[in-house]
Amino acid sequence: MTDLLLDASGITKRYGAVSALRDASLAVRPGEVHALMGANGAGKSTLVKILTGAVRADSGSITIRGTKRVVRSPTDARRAGMMSVYQDPSVIPDLDVADNLRLTGTPVDAFRSWMTALGIPRLDLADYARDLPLPTLRIIDLARALAHEPDILVMDETTAALPADLTERVLEVVGGQRASGRSVIFISHRLIEISALCDRATVLRDGETVGVVDMGTGAEDRIVGLMLGPSEADAQPRTPAPTTAIGTATTDGDARLAVQGLRSGTKLTDVSFKLRAGEVLGVVALEGQGQEELFEVLAGSRRASGGELRVDGQPMSFRHPADAIRAGLVYVPADRLEALLPQRSVRENIALPFSSRMRDWGPIRVGAERRVVDRAIERLQIDTRAQSEVRRLSGGNQQKVTIARWIATGVQTLLCFDPTRGIDIRTKRQIYSLLRELAAAGSAVLLYTSELEEIQLVCDRTIVIFGGRVVDEMPAAVADEPTLLRAAYGLPPGVPMPEELADSALAPVADRVS
Amino acid sequence: MSLASPAAATAPAAPSQLARILRRNGWTITLFVLLACLLVLARVLRSGFGPADIQSLAIGVLPIIFAAAAQTVCVISGGIDLSVGPVMAFTSVTAAALMKGGSEESAVAVVIVVLLLGLAVGAINGLLVVASRVPDIIVTLAMSFVWAGAALLVLSSPGGGAAQWFKDLSNGSFLIEWFPKALLLVLVCVAIVWLPLRRSRLGLSMYAVGSNPIAALRSGVNVNRTKVAAYMVTGLFAAAGGLALTMVTGIGSPVPGAYTLNGVAAIVLGGVSLAGGRGGMLGPIAAAFVLSLIRVNLVFLGVDPAYSTVIQGVILIIVVMVGGLVALRRSRA
Repeated sequence: MTDLLLDASGITKRYGAVSALRDASLAVRPGEVHALMGANGAGKSTLVKILTGAVRADSGSITIRGTKRVVRSPTDARRAGMMSVYQDPSVIPDLDVADNLRLTGTPVDAFRSWMTALGIPRLDLADYARDLPLPTLRIIDLARALAHEPDILVMDETTAALPADLTERVLEVVGGQRASGRSVIFISHRLIEISALCDRATVLRDGETVGVVDMGTGAEDRIVGLMLGPSEADAQPRTPAPTTAIGTATTDGDARLAVQGLRSGTKLTDVSFKLRAGEVLGVVALEGQGQEELFEVLAGSRRASGGELRVDGQPMSFRHPADAIRAGLVYVPADRLEALLPQRSVRENIALPFSSRMRDWGPIRVGAERRVVDRAIERLQIDTRAQSEVRRLSGGNQQKVTIARWIATGVQTLLCFDPTRGIDIRTKRQIYSLLRELAAAGSAVLLYTSELEEIQLVCDRTIVIFGGRVVDEMPAAVADEPTLLRAAYGLPPGVPMPEELADSALAPVADRVS
Repeated sequence: MSLASPAAATAPAAPSQLARILRRNGWTITLFVLLACLLVLARVLRSGFGPADIQSLAIGVLPIIFAAAAQTVCVISGGIDLSVGPVMAFTSVTAAALMKGGSEESAVAVVIVVLLLGLAVGAINGLLVVASRVPDIIVTLAMSFVWAGAALLVLSSPGGGAAQWFKDLSNGSFLIEWFPKALLLVLVCVAIVWLPLRRSRLGLSMYAVGSNPIAALRSGVNVNRTKVAAYMVTGLFAAAGGLALTMVTGIGSPVPGAYTLNGVAAIVLGGVSLAGGRGGMLGPIAAAFVLSLIRVNLVFLGVDPAYSTVIQGVILIIVVMVGGLVALRRSRA
């Protein structure tokens, strides 16, 4: 045990009456990539915050290289050789990149070479961070951490919602850390990444470390089993079996939503598709191919500059999200805080769309509202322990609230933009089956996802957008990940892709872990 | 900036460098253009408008500029200080009381003591904000009563005095008659305090804390210490404002003028975001002049002073709104 790089044991943390960590431990060897796994609310985030000094533990000990450490602040953690990269990048939006580097005392040359390794060789350091896209900020954050040459790099969902090409680069670089005896604590909901990259995995459940798994054959199943706990592991298969409904949606009949030649801004140039009642239509695209703009236009928060939009055959032009909602198009954004009132209760958040209709501005009919809300909470199995303020809910539960508010009173067309981003596997499954149920009940669902496997799990058909136009359309049955990736790159079959090059670069790693 | 970065940053986009500077400082540049227009307008409306008027304008604006400078530091770091006006009164009466009857030389010591007093007052404000976790707008509102009371304890009615050399600091012009000494004083003070601060890690930390406190914490910034430091600099500028009041009036008055809110108006017009993290020092200084010149011009136009206050408020809203619309357009383009 003496050769451990990091040894945290017996960590406990309570927030008021809620026990976030009861007996968590994490042991990391030098030169390993160690996965930290757990369903949402299992305590991963809390453990990471404790390790990096953002939160102080109630009890427990942290030993780094055999020396007991008290980590009181991120600065302490850095001094102990630990750097972390969070899901929301810790880059100051109102400073330019150069000033952000100066703030952390990061050597610029090292930063630049890591940026190049991570696939963004040309970055203007004089750009304000607020003007850069989120994936770039994540990469900046990661490159900055790497430039400090940390003994232990903590990566919390860094790859979530990164485009596929950048993800590959990130995995490659992270795998390369091993060679120099450095270790990485890697948190991701993508099991594929975990099994391709990591050496071992520590699994948390309900604030306790329930097991440490050596990666290898069958490791994925064991991890999922540990994450779900003894009762649920047997009850649910690893991947939800495709319901019979998939692919059987009628291909004839009128479209609920028909889009023809839709344009907006510089990114959305020419998108056409039809969405029928009773189907889930997937949208696949690399980052920044116009999918955000498409969803914003459909949700009424952005004007189209050209093209036609028909709902149930009627031409429509939305000037305001309220217009879209009136036409039955409701939107679940990827950023949950964009949709929720973080300081208000679960109940108010769910009731908001139907209690704020102009004609209902009188006294709210409390009884009726409560019945509707209760039904929605039950249907989505929202954990209501912390219901007085939505911001205190876990990410997965917050996402459920954003969906619940629309389905509470029945939904005609649901627009979901990456609804499972950064959400644990159990909640994901609930959302998958919910979307299928909605489709079976006659709703139309448009689903953009950055996780390609979801296409076959949830969708009937999928369209692929590249450079602001639809470049491909296929039934879900043939939309496996390689096919989708090829299409998403706008490449004809047979041309080698960056992923394949990255795969071959990763091959030695894969050999080692399997 | 480190040695490697400027070359790296300028290499790909050298021709657009000037355009970028213009775009980023567009608001400040617009303000200076507006200021020039207002000066020309004043000259057109009253042909006698000359160096003497410029000097009295600069002297009149001097305390407001320091109030705005004080507020700028605090707001950039994500706070707000409603006690700037009372702190100015407190430091002003302290200076006047100490200078009265004292020798010309001892006044130098008084200036230093008063500036240190400003730092101490700011430290108390800042520590209370950080330690109490009460919102800063409430803490500083409460402290504004405390400092107003303290001013009355020092001098219960306007009085005291000021050294002659001290009064001469803002009187007259420097080198050319169109360049008032009062303006020179402001520029020197800001240059001494703000420019080094802006380029230091502490200055960066202030912007960082105001921009996104969580990201700042994760970047290794000591958020609480930075906040206290920002309030201290605010106190320092407020004390400079108090000294300016004594300087231009020759006495100390324990009842503060409307400097707190005039300062806030100037920084809002000067392009400092009340949400924190954005803005600089030049904008608020130009804005303080613009706000005063608007009044002067309205007087020249023969507008009832009561109306001119209303008009000033309306102009403030319109200008900030137009600026917001321009920014919105640009972000959509």
